[in-house]
Amino acid sequence: MTAASTPTAPDGLVTRSHGGNVPTASRGLRFTSYDVDAFEVPGGREEDWRFTPLRRLRNLHKGAASTGTATVSVDAPREVSVATVGRDDPRLGDGGVPADRVAAQAWSSFTAATVVTVPTEQRVADPITVTVTGPGVDKVAYGHLQLRIEAFAEAVVVIDHRGSGAYAENVEFVLADGARLTVVGVQDWADDAVHVAAQHASLGRDAVLRATAVSLGGSLVRQAPTVTFSQPGADAELLGLCFADDGQHLEHRLLIDHAVPHCKSNVVYKAALQGEAAHTVWIGDVLIQAEAEGTETFELNRNLLLTDGARADSVPNLEIETGEIAGAGHASATGRFDDDQLFYLTSRGIPEDQARRLVVRGFFGEILQRITVPEVRERLTAAIEAELEAVGA
Amino acid sequence: MSTLQIKDLHVSVLTDEAPKQILHGVDLTVRPGETQAMMGPNGSGKSTLAYSIAGHPRYEVTSGEVLLDGEDVLSMPVDQRARAGLFLAMQYPVEVPGVSMSNFLRSAATAVRGEAPKLRTWVKEVKQAMSELDIDPSFADRSVNEGFSGGEKKRHEILQLSLLAPKIAVLDETDSGLDIDALRVVSRGVNRFQEQHTDAGVLLITHYTRILRHITPDVVHVFAGGRIVESGGAELAHELEEHGYDRFTPKQEVAAS
Repeated sequence: MTAASTPTAPDGLVTRSHGGNVPTASRGLRFTSYDVDAFEVPGGREEDWRFTPLRRLRNLHKGAASTGTATVSVDAPREVSVATVGRDDPRLGDGGVPADRVAAQAWSSFTAATVVTVPTEQRVADPITVTVTGPGVDKVAYGHLQLRIEAFAEAVVVIDHRGSGAYAENVEFVLADGARLTVVGVQDWADDAVHVAAQHASLGRDAVLRATAVSLGGSLVRQAPTVTFSQPGADAELLGLCFADDGQHLEHRLLIDHAVPHCKSNVVYKAALQGEAAHTVWIGDVLIQAEAEGTETFELNRNLLLTDGARADSVPNLEIETGEIAGAGHASATGRFDDDQLFYLTSRGIPEDQARRLVVRGFFGEILQRITVPEVRERLTAAIEAELEAVGA
Repeated sequence: MSTLQIKDLHVSVLTDEAPKQILHGVDLTVRPGETQAMMGPNGSGKSTLAYSIAGHPRYEVTSGEVLLDGEDVLSMPVDQRARAGLFLAMQYPVEVPGVSMSNFLRSAATAVRGEAPKLRTWVKEVKQAMSELDIDPSFADRSVNEGFSGGEKKRHEILQLSLLAPKIAVLDETDSGLDIDALRVVSRGVNRFQEQHTDAGVLLITHYTRILRHITPDVVHVFAGGRIVESGGAELAHELEEHGYDRFTPKQEVAAS
């Protein structure tokens, strides 16, 4: 049973679904390699790169040499093991293999990787914080991070990105059978920063991944999470909250590969944009392979344009190779700020700036509610308020 | 004491093409404690009048005045009009996803009262007001108007009327789309508001006479072609009930239909 639905937009936005926009080559069978030279230098017309402003990439796609180091610090309870390992550590790569040139470049270029391991059946109550600080203005750095959640272990991890410079990395989430990982990635970069990240999540039997991407800062941020189900019964939820200002390019490219039966995936990404040339890109590829019977998946992308001159690109792709699934669908909508909502709230005496904040906070509310770490939720709420105040909205 | 004065009001609606004039000189005074009914056929400009008073950006006042206790309302932004004591119960209340009713009500009450209501008394106050309008308490946690039925939306408009306690309330077709029970509940809410705020004025805009069986107007106006064409007492409403608006609508429209 398939249900590719185009629901009416509850935000009062125009619903524009790109149904049937199936990529020419199956996303699951895409080319992957650790070798940077196995990928051609992108020219900007490739499907993978057509939305990314390549001239702002600081040559990360053209073999830019590492000229600095990003600092990675981990704050974790004692039961969690944190290790800095060399390139030869056999565990690296368990999560996945690079699928584009910048990811392969990062793989070829990093000198030390950080591996955070939550041991079997360990339930870590307090959040683990990984802070990544960029190499500094005009510097280029490559990095590697792996989170290993062993069988039936549970953890909450906050990955905080801050600082300046250009940084490309691979991040692996390796979830063993029955493992549960809640991870919140915060992009709180300085205005000059360029960040290109390939995230590889591999889920064992009955593993549960709750990943939230929060993109606020940086000049150009491009994140490409890939979820691979290796065993049945796993469940992945990918949430995104994105606030793009003047001239910012914030791109999220998701691939969820259902290769085994009875797995679930759910995607909700929301972006608010304001200012001249603010640009967000959301690509949501979901592949249900022929073996993946009983799959249940839904993806939703909503974009709220607060001012003229902002642009949101949204491309959901759903590729289904078996009819024996529980459900599959996608929806995408991009709309302007609703003047009627503003009128309604202000007609009750609420000042206009406060009314705008209520509407935007409401727009993101669905995502914020699902962020279970109170400190993170408060910080994000404050960050959204700050974004709104910055333009005097 | 609260008086709403509307003087020779001309209003155009902004469309994709040229602005279109809807109101052609409206004169009206609502005095403290009065209920005035504004009745008229569809398309006569009743809602335009309501929106113009509240300050909807799609309507442009080309001439005339709106005064609340002598103060120029038209120069005020929308939120300031509400804080000055104007309230519009809308015909089509707007859905605001993600903003809970309780957050919205508290934000509005804080703005209108000039300070945040004390939490303890506020919770009681809202509960009481909701129960008087037969609104289930669970609505407080729902997004503003989202997924509400027509009747539920109208009850929540009256709930806001009761909590914000304006000087002048404009009720735009609050009765439309209500079944008999809901009409009774909503009317009771309006009457309770007037009993509790004897200085407040109400301008009740309606197409039908049935709500006037529950709310007794002091004055009845007939609105047609963007102006008031006749004013009288309750007997005018009775005449409309029996004969409709034919006497007040231009002949050529009848011929064309």
